[in-house]
Formats: sequence, C-alpha cells, structure tokens
Amino acid sequence: MSGSESGPQHHFASHFADSGGVDFSGDQSTNITEETREELRQIAARYPQARSALLPMLHLVQSVEGRVTPAGIEACAEILEISTAQVSGVATFYTMYKRKPMGRHHVGVCTTALCAVMGGDQILSDLQDHLGVGNDETTEDGKITLEHVECNAACDFAPVMMVNWEFMDNMTPDSARELVDKLRADEEVTSTRGATISTWRDAERVLAGFDDGRADEGPAAGPASTLGLEIAKEKGWQAPAVPAEAPADAGQEEK
Amino acid sequence: MSEQSVDLLTPVLTRNWGDERAWKLSNYERVGGYAALRKALKQTPDELVNLVKDAGLRGRGGAGFPTGMKWSFVPKDNPNPTYLVINADESEPGTCKDIPLMMASPHTLVEGAIISSYAIGAEHAFIYVRGEVLHVARRLQQAVREAYSAGYLGKNILGSGVNVDLVIHSGAGAYICGEETALLDSLEGLRGQPRLRPPFPAVAGLYASPTVINNVESIASVPCIVDNGKEWFSSMGTEKSKGMTIYSLSGHVKRPGQFEAPMGITLRQLLELAGGVRDGHKLKFWTPGGSSTPILTDEHLDLPLDYEGMAGAGSMLGTKALQIFDDTTSVVRTTLRWVEFYKHESCGKCTPCREGSWWLVQILLRLEAGEGVEGDIEKMLDLCDNIGGRSFCALADGAVACVTSAVRYFREEFEQAYHTPAWELFPYGRSALFASSKEGANA
Repeated sequence: MSGSESGPQHHFASHFADSGGVDFSGDQSTNITEETREELRQIAARYPQARSALLPMLHLVQSVEGRVTPAGIEACAEILEISTAQVSGVATFYTMYKRKPMGRHHVGVCTTALCAVMGGDQILSDLQDHLGVGNDETTEDGKITLEHVECNAACDFAPVMMVNWEFMDNMTPDSARELVDKLRADEEVTSTRGATISTWRDAERVLAGFDDGRADEGPAAGPASTLGLEIAKEKGWQAPAVPAEAPADAGQEEK
Repeated sequence: MSEQSVDLLTPVLTRNWGDERAWKLSNYERVGGYAALRKALKQTPDELVNLVKDAGLRGRGGAGFPTGMKWSFVPKDNPNPTYLVINADESEPGTCKDIPLMMASPHTLVEGAIISSYAIGAEHAFIYVRGEVLHVARRLQQAVREAYSAGYLGKNILGSGVNVDLVIHSGAGAYICGEETALLDSLEGLRGQPRLRPPFPAVAGLYASPTVINNVESIASVPCIVDNGKEWFSSMGTEKSKGMTIYSLSGHVKRPGQFEAPMGITLRQLLELAGGVRDGHKLKFWTPGGSSTPILTDEHLDLPLDYEGMAGAGSMLGTKALQIFDDTTSVVRTTLRWVEFYKHESCGKCTPCREGSWWLVQILLRLEAGEGVEGDIEKMLDLCDNIGGRSFCALADGAVACVTSAVRYFREEFEQAYHTPAWELFPYGRSALFASSKEGANA
C-alpha cells in the first residue's frame, strides 16, 4: 500500500477494521469478584504450565463481563504472572473474544463457501434486514448480536446457523427469522443437535470448563450424521468379521 | 485375509451413533467399549506402536502420515515428559466428521486417547477442540469425568500402574490452530501461529517436550485396531491406504451425510448412496477433502478416494470432505468465498500469505462483479506462485489450491468475468437449497 498523496495530513487507513486493541480508556466497571479470581485460578491449575489456561480463562472473563474487559485482562495477567500486553495480544487474535459488549444471544450465520452457496448468504442478508443490524452488531433491545461465521463443521446440514455456539441445522430464511423472533421474545429455543438455548454468557462458562448439566440434552446425532449407518443397516453391510483364533462364532458378536 | 469382498459401507466408528444416549459411558461399554483398553494394558507400549504401524493406519486429519510411524519418532531418552495432543479443531471448510463423532460417541475418542497415551509413554493428554461447538465440549467434558470415575483415567488405570490425565481444552476461534504447531502455541496460551520446523513436535512440541499430535479420527481408530487386530483393519481399503474411514458428503446432493467406508470408495459410489446430485442438475465440481484440496470435476468420479488416487489426479485426499457443487454454481463466486476464508484466517505471520490472500480477494471481487481486467487471471496465478510454498505452513498452499485448480478446469468462466457478473451467469438463488423468493438477487 503506497500512500501516494504525501503532505501534512496523510492518515494510515487500516484494512482490518477491528484490528485495534482492547479499550482501556472507556468504562472501567467490572463484575469480576474474588470468586471469579478463584475460578480463574482453578482453570490455571488444570495445566502442567499455568499459561496454557489463558484461552479458557478469557472464556470465563467473557461469561462474567459480557466481553473481554480491561479488568478481565488484568485479572488474567496477574494470576498468570504475565503482562497485560501479552494477554491483550491473545485476546485480540481469536474471533470468539469480543471487545464490544455482546447481546444476550450470539447468532452466527455460516457464510463460508459451501453454506454461502447453499443459501447462507441470503439468510444473512435477510436477517440483517429483519433485525436492522450490520455484521457484528447488536439489536437495540440488546437481545441479539448477529455475525457471519466461518465453516462450523456441519456442512452436511447446510445452510447452518449457530446460536450461542449450538447448532441450528438446515436453515431457511423463514426458519431463521422465526428463530431470532423467538430469541427476542425470550421464548424457549432448542438446538437441532444440542441443548435448550440459554445465553451466550452461559455458553462461555461451559467453554471455560464449568459444567452446566446439559450434556445429556439433545440427540446423539442428527439424521445426516447417521445416514451411511442407516443405509448399511438396510443393506446388511458391515465391517469384515474379526479373524477368529478359534474359528466360527467370533465374527458377528458385536452386532 | 486379502481380497475377500468387503461391503461398500463398513460402520465401525459410526456404528453406535444411532444408539440411544450413545455418549454415556454405560452405553459405550454395552457395545464393547473399553475392552480395547483392557487388552492394550496387557501389551507393551512398543507392541502397540508396532500394531498401529503394521495395521497401516494413516493420519485422518489431512496429511495421511502413518500414525504408528509418528508415534515411533518420540525419543526414548528425552528427560522431559511426553505429551499427546489430539487435534479436534475441525475447521477445514467442508469437513464435518470429527464433530459428530465427539458428539455421539466421545468415549471412542477418550478410549483411543488413553491407549495412545500409554503407547507413546505420555501421562498427560489434551483434546484441543475448537471453541465454536458448545455441545461437543459438554459431551467431551462429561465423558472425561465419567472415565475418571470408572478408573479409566487418572492414577494407576485399572490397576496397571499406568497414569494418564486428560484435559479438554476449548479453543477460541482460529482456523490456523488446526495446523499442529499453531495448535501447540495456542495450547501454551499464545496467539496461534505456526512454528518453524525443525525441531518437529515429536522432539520439541508442547512446552518444548516430545509431543505427538493426532487427528480425532486417527486416535478414535486405535481402539478398533487393538480390539480386532491389524489384519482385520488392513483387510479394508487399498494397497497403501488401509482401513475404513469417514467420508462426508455435503452440498448439492439429495441426501448429504456421513458415510463410513473402506478407503478407496469412489465418488460415483458415494453419490449413488446419497441419492445423486439434486434433481435436474449435474455435478459441476467437487473437493475431495476440504477447500484446501484442489477441486475436481465429473471426469474424476471413478477415481479411488484414497491418498494415492487423489494425488494422481493432482489433488489430495485431505479430510475426505466431499463438497458437491452442481451446474447452478458459479466457480468464480465459490473461489472468492474460499479465498475470503483464507484471508480472514491467515494468522499474519508470513507476508506472502497475509498480503497475498488480501490481493487475491481484491481481484476475485472484481471478477465476481464482471469487472475483471485483461490479465487478471495471469495476475492471480502469479500471486498464487508467490504465496504457495513460501510461507511457514500449509494454510498458504490451501489458499491457492482452490484458485489454481478452478482456473485449470474453468478458465473460460474466469474470462467471462471480464464482462459479465457471476450473479448474471449463475443467478445465486438457484444454488440455494431452499426455494428462493428473490431468485437472482445479488446478495
């Protein structure tokens, strides 16, 4: 990039709109308590070297603060005995860490190539119109932050959406609108392959490694996941029999 | 044992996915779970390494490196502890096999992790799972808790004297962390950026200690090999690509989904099982193993989907993520969206990848809009030449593979982009899987 117009006022324009650091100048209020610090120390204790805990610790900070805050960064730095710059450097690298206050729910629409082509692009633009927000923006009522997300490993359920990082499979513009309307009205929403939707903050707490007791909700697999298995059952196909040391009987037992 | 006819589909890893509450320990044990662990603990670590080597298991995360050989690179005389790190950062566009495995049957992976740790002499193992899959994190965390209570994890496992601790570690959104050395940096609490090799992780990996990094499916394949033997495993598959594996079909097929088959099945066979391409449409192009593997066309339908078959066609087996696009799809648009992904996910460490992917997007954007200028195709290919192979890791190679292969097979479509927008040539609404109310609308 050669800024060719020289002279007194040439401004550097970054192509990375969100490339700034964590804002240490604004509102410095915090929800972090001694209890939070204790939990942060618990996370650090899981690892042979404490610094390994930084990613889950930042997830916990988000669950308490609703974003990565200066106070959260300072707490992590203090516990891990590293500088706040080192923590900020990590917090600004990963897309799941948010520097702006988040809505109650995070709604992601996959727009990586396959989902985009299968309809994800249209779903996203419909939702932006419907909610009156742009990418990575929060609705006025604070209920939903809408973001386009990259491939979420559910391509056989395309087009895919995520709510607080739970799967919403095989979406259409209509089902997407209905979904966000329900979330805004605080109606119960259940993931197509997961648990009842709680909040983004609750999700962040689980990602920090704290159980929310919902592991047994939802199915083992979605229909696409078991398609090959169902076809094999229908056709009587299976893996070869185990070569038996003593002949006969050994092969079929597992079925 | 050889060449008896093997069935077209061979569910092993997917076998219990349809079971009621398959993720619970008791249900996993009911279908024979943790028998392999008991069996493994009666063997020596070396015997297990050799077993996996002889079975012919190759890494299921994309590169296809022989798993047992990777294990054997761990030095025996290094004073530092050895670590096992399982790469569950499944993020390669199109790839969707590890996530359902961990969701449905997390114990398959946990059992594999314990056996593999014992085999390589690790007392500490980590599952690095991408952050954006909350329910998978829950199921894994619960499986680990259950395994500790049952005495399968922790100190003196089943009275064997073997100790293994297993930590579930959620990432925070970064495709690059699927690259093994970036994953290690991330697991050390740093920005996820690839490391220069050598030293290789086997010698200096996590905390500069000997480390084995394997994909979820590779580790999950270990228990069945221990259970059933190397001959059983290698009776499936082809000469150099042994065993069964999970193929993921997505996109413009009637019934997308997961298909576990012997290595070497063809796309034609898989498509038949999936009901074929959408009614009234033809296959246009596909990826064999995610967007980092060069695209192929209908002339490649009968090639064996194994490491050699795909390499022979100038592509790669990758993660066996078969993304199917029919004749409604614009190659230019799809290529743009893939390159936008790599631009977004480039970690920024290497200039060719960081800057080059940005410039590729600029060119592709104007091509999509039908505003390409004479020479754009050559400029793109020249950029690709200066990105691929000139960066620390394979992200850069993946970023250009989709461009160069798309130009190879569909050059005329890129030439049309000098004057006609992609959405006029291929109205986008027609590619969507739902009926579109505003067909052809420019997104």
